[in-house]
Amino acid sequence: MATTVHEPPQIDPHRLPDPRHSGNGGGRNLAPADGDLRVTLDYSPPPSSTGIWVVLFAITMMFAAFTSALIVRKGSSLDWQTFTLPSILYFNTLVLLASSITLEVSRRRVAAFMGGLKSQVESPARWLYITLFLGLLFVAGQYVAWSQLSAEGLYLATNPSSSFFYVLTATHALHVLGGLGGLIYVIRKLSKSALRRSALVATARYWHFMDVLWLYLLFLLWMKL
Amino acid sequence: MHDMSTHAVQHHAPPTSFIRKHVFSLDHKVIGKQYYALALIAALAGMGLSWLMRIHLGWTNAAIPGLQLLSKNGAPGGVMTPEYYLQLMTMHGTIMVFFVLTTAPFAAFGNFFLPIQVGAEDMPFPHFNMMSFWVTFVAFVVLMASFFVGDGPTLGGWTQYAPLNAVGAVAGPGQGLGVVLWATSIALFCVGQLLGALNFIPTTLDLRVKGMSLMRLPLSAWAWFITSCMGLTAFAVLMPACILVILDHVAGTSFFVPSNTVINDQLLPHSGGSTLLWQHLFWFFGHPEVYIAIVPGIGIVSHILVTNMRRPMLSHRVLIYSMGALAVLSYMVYGHHMFVSGMNPISSLAFSFPTLVITIPSTIVVLIWVFSLYGSKLRINSASLFALGFISMFVSGGVSGFFLAQPSIDIMLHATYFVVGHFHMVMGVAAMFGIFGGTYFWFPKMAGRMMNETLGKIHFWLSFVGTYCIFMPFHYLGMAGNVRRYSTFVDDFLQPLIPLHRFITVAALLTGAAQLIFVYNLIHSRFWGKLAPDNPWDATSLEWSTATPPPFDNFGGQHPVVYHDPYQYGVQSSTGDYVMQASPEQVKTEHEEK
Repeated sequence: MATTVHEPPQIDPHRLPDPRHSGNGGGRNLAPADGDLRVTLDYSPPPSSTGIWVVLFAITMMFAAFTSALIVRKGSSLDWQTFTLPSILYFNTLVLLASSITLEVSRRRVAAFMGGLKSQVESPARWLYITLFLGLLFVAGQYVAWSQLSAEGLYLATNPSSSFFYVLTATHALHVLGGLGGLIYVIRKLSKSALRRSALVATARYWHFMDVLWLYLLFLLWMKL
Repeated sequence: MHDMSTHAVQHHAPPTSFIRKHVFSLDHKVIGKQYYALALIAALAGMGLSWLMRIHLGWTNAAIPGLQLLSKNGAPGGVMTPEYYLQLMTMHGTIMVFFVLTTAPFAAFGNFFLPIQVGAEDMPFPHFNMMSFWVTFVAFVVLMASFFVGDGPTLGGWTQYAPLNAVGAVAGPGQGLGVVLWATSIALFCVGQLLGALNFIPTTLDLRVKGMSLMRLPLSAWAWFITSCMGLTAFAVLMPACILVILDHVAGTSFFVPSNTVINDQLLPHSGGSTLLWQHLFWFFGHPEVYIAIVPGIGIVSHILVTNMRRPMLSHRVLIYSMGALAVLSYMVYGHHMFVSGMNPISSLAFSFPTLVITIPSTIVVLIWVFSLYGSKLRINSASLFALGFISMFVSGGVSGFFLAQPSIDIMLHATYFVVGHFHMVMGVAAMFGIFGGTYFWFPKMAGRMMNETLGKIHFWLSFVGTYCIFMPFHYLGMAGNVRRYSTFVDDFLQPLIPLHRFITVAALLTGAAQLIFVYNLIHSRFWGKLAPDNPWDATSLEWSTATPPPFDNFGGQHPVVYHDPYQYGVQSSTGDYVMQASPEQVKTEHEEK
């Protein structure tokens, strides 16, 4: 059992926690034995900024599993039939990308609104509504793509290629709907002036991730179908 | 802008209504207890199923009174059919692996103690935390419902291998609706555990109080954090696999059923699916799942041992790194479950190597425990006894892993009781001992009352001897060629082994009965046990700094400040031989966790 004799640390035994920190990490009171720099930060990041990465990682793993399933399934048999992607998918892609831009615009508006320049920004939620609309338009566009395919006789069980098309696009669309739920939450909180910046940042990250994920899926489907 | 980001997000007022307090509670402590109760019910159900299976294996033609009430077709006159045996086996495995070994050590204890050990008021997303439990609860109900609908639960084993899992009702009882319920239940379970990881990871990273650096986290907190990272990766892969299985059933897709599959003289309409695909997706989850079950146990046992040894571990850091290495390696070894699956033999080699490598961090963990114990004056109580039992089981079960890691030996032993003995000891019983140890150790804090130590020690010795009597002979059975999953061995070359099977059955019945002592102790102590002091074990970590049981916000409106590394035992201080993490007292000789 090895013990080390330290210099007595400079501690104020009557020191109370800084009420501003509310238990979220906080300033250091002792040089940490391991030199961990996190505790020297004044503020820890709000948990939602870590939490959103957890969510995005889980979604990434899920689509990685679907991707590997697609590759294995395609290679395991000769019954894979290719088909042309419905062209509305490219329009939907533009809609989704546009929604990311409008979300960034609204983030600036909200920042200005929260920064106290209320007279200059009359309705900070307007661009959020536009983003919401574009998101809904994307999901509706995806629905059109599914109807077009089924009109061609390509259903979920017709061929493994169409199975994967429906599974991947539907799972993505469900996640976009989740993002729309996030936007509605942000709008509600904004209308009550109870919006946290971290909630808006997390929603925006999720929303942009849906773009990136969609571009990836589009590329994968275009390459493999 | 800055002000908006500094709200303490975990603030919420104490609930007043009964529903918010006890049912749909947002309090991580209540949710932890709910998980514990669910695990206890599931464990008793799983144990009951194992009793039924063991009785059948020992006395194949004996009628089990009342069994026909559970399933008229599965057990006509109380004698179970081979199919029903498999259905019980599948449910035993699924219930135990998912609803006991994952929920109790990780979700139950982790929920209750992780926020307290880091000094937080609660998890950062209490609503998601509540959903995590209730989704898991619904998953359990859906799974148990399969006993009572259609022709019973699925018989495909907890691994649900393809194509049996996807071909439908033609393959036997439970293979239609039973599989759909199974896959739905497990997909829901995945959602629950992902929501758990969503809370555990930010709790550890972002909600630590002042002075609580990462290396100052107790070993149990580290174990829960590492486990949540593993669960995040593993359950996110199992869920899509379950979705694809459900689609093969209800939508007529062909993900897992190959062309020209004929079952019971019927040519199936599916074509071109890949059976290996399921195995890859399943075991990518399945092997990390083994570590999801055992790593919290490693953390809990380390925490208990340090407290009772009254001195720190040989190396705090190396123990943490070893747990991390187990987590990372667990994703690189999963193919060792597939040596006999028809996978390319070169892949077998590629998976065999990391499987042998993963024994290194496991061995390091054990050596740190053993050498830290050597020469210490261990306080013997129920918790520390179960911690020692954990080490014993972990070593005994782990040693057989060396053999199974080599494809040439595994091909011989794969489908025998050797593997059953191996994983029951290293994953099942060891993790259960971790749960028991954690219960005896933390019950005072969770319930506010002490458990009966005498009953605890009796429970330990009966369980310890009993589980060895059950599972050691499994290895012998396996080497003698006794195959797994068969419901009966009466008419073939395995008949000479029947007396051993009967011995195991008797041991299983007695050891199972000994668990009722634990249940009695748990319930009796909950209501009539001696009132617990705040710190009954003279321990140092933050959960012992607060009141017993902890107030709603854990520290009564204050936030502790952490002044010390987690395990300051064997020092001279005003409280005796230890200094608590939250105590500002300066001691002359302070251990530096290294």
